[in-house]
Amino acid sequence: MANSEFDTITAISTPVGEGGISIIRVSGEEAIPVVKKLFKGKDLAKVASHTINYGHIIDPQTNQEVDEVMVSVMRAPKTYTKEDVVEINCHGGLLATNRILQLTIGAGARMAEPGEFTKRAFLNGRLDLSQAEAVMDLIRAKTDKSMKVALNQLDGNLSHLIKHLRKDILDVLAQVEVNIDYPEYDAVEEMTSKLLREKAIEIRQRIEGLLKTAKQGKVLRDGLATAIIGRPNVGKSSLLNSLLHEDKAIVTNVAGTTRDVIEEYVNVNDVPLKLIDTAGIRHTDDTVEKIGVERSRQAIDTADLILLLIDSSQPLTEEDRQLIEQTANKPRIIIFNKSDLPTKVDQAKLQTLVDGDKVITASMTKHEGINELSAAISHFFFNEGIESSQNNVMVTNARHIGLLRQADQALGDVLKGLDDGMPVDLVQIDMTRAWDLLGEITGDSYQDELLDQLFSQFCLGK
Amino acid sequence: MKTGEAVQYDGGNYDVIVVGAGHAGSEAALAAARMGNKTLLITISLEMVAFMPCNPSLGGPAKGIVVREIDALGGEMGHNIDKTYIQMRMLNTGKGPAVRALRAQADKHAYHRQMKLTIEKEPNLTLRQGTVDDLIVEDGVCKGVITNTGARYGAKAVVLTVGTAARGKIIIGELQYESGPNNSKSATKLSECLERLGFDLERFKTGTPPRINGNTIHYDETEEQPGDEEPNHFSFDTPDSQYLALSDQISCWLTYTNLHTHDLIRANLDRAPMFSGVIKGVGPRYCPSIEDKIVRFADKDRHQLFLEPEGRDTDEYYVDGLSTSMPEEIQQKMLHSVKGLEDAQLMRPGYAIEYDVVAPYQLHPTLETKKIKNLYTAGQTNGTSGYEEAAGQGLIAGINAGRRALGKSPFVLKRSDAYIGVMIDDLVTKGTKEPYRLLTSRAEYRLILRHDNADFRLMEKGYAIGLVSDERLAKMETKKQHVADEIKRLESIRIKPKTAADEFIQANGDNPLKDSLTAAALLRRPYVTYQKLLEFIPAPTTALDRQEAEQVEIQIKYAGYIKKEEVKVNRLKRMEAKKIPANIDYEAIDGLATEGRQKLEKIRPETLAQASRISGVNPADLAILSVYIQQGRIAKINPEENSEK
Repeated sequence: MANSEFDTITAISTPVGEGGISIIRVSGEEAIPVVKKLFKGKDLAKVASHTINYGHIIDPQTNQEVDEVMVSVMRAPKTYTKEDVVEINCHGGLLATNRILQLTIGAGARMAEPGEFTKRAFLNGRLDLSQAEAVMDLIRAKTDKSMKVALNQLDGNLSHLIKHLRKDILDVLAQVEVNIDYPEYDAVEEMTSKLLREKAIEIRQRIEGLLKTAKQGKVLRDGLATAIIGRPNVGKSSLLNSLLHEDKAIVTNVAGTTRDVIEEYVNVNDVPLKLIDTAGIRHTDDTVEKIGVERSRQAIDTADLILLLIDSSQPLTEEDRQLIEQTANKPRIIIFNKSDLPTKVDQAKLQTLVDGDKVITASMTKHEGINELSAAISHFFFNEGIESSQNNVMVTNARHIGLLRQADQALGDVLKGLDDGMPVDLVQIDMTRAWDLLGEITGDSYQDELLDQLFSQFCLGK
Repeated sequence: MKTGEAVQYDGGNYDVIVVGAGHAGSEAALAAARMGNKTLLITISLEMVAFMPCNPSLGGPAKGIVVREIDALGGEMGHNIDKTYIQMRMLNTGKGPAVRALRAQADKHAYHRQMKLTIEKEPNLTLRQGTVDDLIVEDGVCKGVITNTGARYGAKAVVLTVGTAARGKIIIGELQYESGPNNSKSATKLSECLERLGFDLERFKTGTPPRINGNTIHYDETEEQPGDEEPNHFSFDTPDSQYLALSDQISCWLTYTNLHTHDLIRANLDRAPMFSGVIKGVGPRYCPSIEDKIVRFADKDRHQLFLEPEGRDTDEYYVDGLSTSMPEEIQQKMLHSVKGLEDAQLMRPGYAIEYDVVAPYQLHPTLETKKIKNLYTAGQTNGTSGYEEAAGQGLIAGINAGRRALGKSPFVLKRSDAYIGVMIDDLVTKGTKEPYRLLTSRAEYRLILRHDNADFRLMEKGYAIGLVSDERLAKMETKKQHVADEIKRLESIRIKPKTAADEFIQANGDNPLKDSLTAAALLRRPYVTYQKLLEFIPAPTTALDRQEAEQVEIQIKYAGYIKKEEVKVNRLKRMEAKKIPANIDYEAIDGLATEGRQKLEKIRPETLAQASRISGVNPADLAILSVYIQQGRIAKINPEENSEK
């Protein structure tokens, strides 16, 4: 299912993790109906254009209030995108903002791609040619990165689970199709309403199980295993102290089972981190280098997130390069430390070296860059999604959550159709929709998947 | 023996020439002629006009809908089968309306004779036997054809529907020989001509099972498969009153292969061309040979075989399910191993046939080739298999060739218009690696593309083209009006609590009515039919006929799902409206991924929607393409502002 220019899109349009007010912007012809489904207050379909309306965002599934909001309704064409635009101004807590974003996706909007609002403004004739160049650059810049992100997600636990779900749905679809296209073929069980209901319920339970992990308040019980990595004297302990200092509520210091491994817990912008091998960090700076490298390798292996420190006041060493390479396949944030000293590393070069991953310029001694780092961590967690190896599967990415909700609703429609006595081949429309939606999460949209399944599973044809 | 070549002569000029008179060619020629073009239909053998060299049946899932679509557009296939069928069956009656499928067993000889007669009677159409050896092409424009008998025919447009005759080769075990279908002549020179013109040809394979003498079948050891009692026809014009009584229909018979058959095949696989490497062409997965089934699904202990009569005036039977290219000797043993066929007399051996295909990415959605203007191809030539698929393309190619000759705009069906549109879009956008067959799962809007509404979907288009008469259109519009009026009426009538209808509701296990509900809402309940509903409400002023009542029932009962699909269709239509300029230079667009750029350059899609369906073109490519096109548009509107660019 290719993204379309006619989808209704949504995104958080204020910087992540900053206080005050956050804005979720929704644009497209379904913008008003989408938000209307989530809004308790005036009927948004009836309010005048360019008005701001007070009310609450509710989760339509539970009817629980999520946040107190002001909603601006702006009808086409006098809007930024020349489409209907709705902006939800909420209180800005990161969890609430993300939750509202998920809800808009669950209600049928699609997560906007970088630059997509601007792209629409252009396509709808609002911008001039010079701005078009900027739009193309944005799309282009996005291509490489998003492909890499997609690939990284492919070997994760979540995508593994989703692929399983899709495979199970595909089996059901293939069976229905065989019954339709080869009605006289007698070697396959008829996919009856009863059987379809059982399958739909079973698959739906699994999706709802996944969604539960995403529910607010249960973000992570054990914290996201985070490793601070870098060569000696790069500032690891300062970073550790800064993070611990930032966090007013250190949960605990637990002595690990291993002799000198100590884990510490911090909460960074609502993301609970379990900093691993903090003892190692405190001690390696004065131990033999070889042990240090060995320790970082172990830490990298067990971590869900890597914070990699590079000393900007010294040329890159072989060890820096090794660490960059070793962490290449992990979610990571690069911290370009010691910005208070003259820079000896070309940041553009470093950026290429780390393949477009987030780089933050910081000075631990001067306490600069910590806020940016915190924002980056929460952005990573909520927008790109990081899986915790401790909890098996964790859905944190707002787009994923929104799509899972839609798939859940599609399966609900399957069951409703069956309740209404609809024939299997009609109910299948919703089953196929669930399958497509899950495919959007993993990026699988191979069009001939179903036919391939059909002909490999069944011996068909006269 | 000395061979010689004919001396060339001027055969005269035509508006449209169609090469090959199979199912595609027959439709193409009739359509072009009926639109007012002076048309020539050339075929290798007049005995092969609309011949069915494979199974003697038409229709079934997806394919049956295509026959209805052809009929609604003004094609001939529906009429022809309604005149010559020997059995009619509606399949999937236990399922939803979108997948119900009509299938007919045809009298294959009568079918051929009837189509030939129709063509002969068509005033604007000349039918001539001959083999086209060469195309007359000047500056990339096709201007006519040259036949083996030396005739040079000029034409404004040429349609090639040459089927498996294109460098056809029949294979039976170790035996191989050049041949078209059913041992007709093959055509080699035309393939060479296409190669000279720079076309990319592929090699496909298909096959057919042995035929046996019906007098030697032990019918009592097989299961009878009779036709339907209830009338149904393919053409919207054929009245129920013409339906054959069940006693006048001829049954099919069902039997099975067994482990003995499978052992026999396995023991002789070294003689099977499919596995010995003799066959290089790509065969269809959905129509595998029996040896293929046994190798790929080794754990199955039996396969169904349907014994299908080939006609009324013959006792030849087609052994459906036993397609094979095994040596004749083995074929006989295979047959004799089957229950009911112990003494079956082989009449013709099954065979595999390899043939040339014009890789369909080289075609526009009108089926005109991109390389040579005014040259169209259709049917198996484009990589499909099946009579219905061929006829559907033939009709579209004939219409477009005819419109080109008349100087009119192209005619293209969208994926949301018809299965024919799905098929052609698949072919020209995605291509095909095996003979392409339509399946209901290929259509994303199948609830809208039903066989019962093909007339509503397409007849107006057929009328605009000039293939549907005023009278026919008026009849369809009346039907449409009756249906709309009745739906409106059912939505206004209210069913009240404590009435006979309420009792009926309760008898079916539902709660008693608290408030009144509309008759339409009642009809939505699974246990209510339109006929049943009429017991509780006044009859309409004009009683609906069977087809109209069916429409009312479908449109009301499945309204929710139909609406969902219509929303999707509308979105697609907006994407289809985004045209890509024909002269676009993909090399000049920065930022396209290499694969996306290559695919776009190869397929040259006409709309953004089509571009989005090309595998290998990712969303970022589409976004860039879309911005690029808009950029060009703005540049055209304000040329001065951007003069330095």
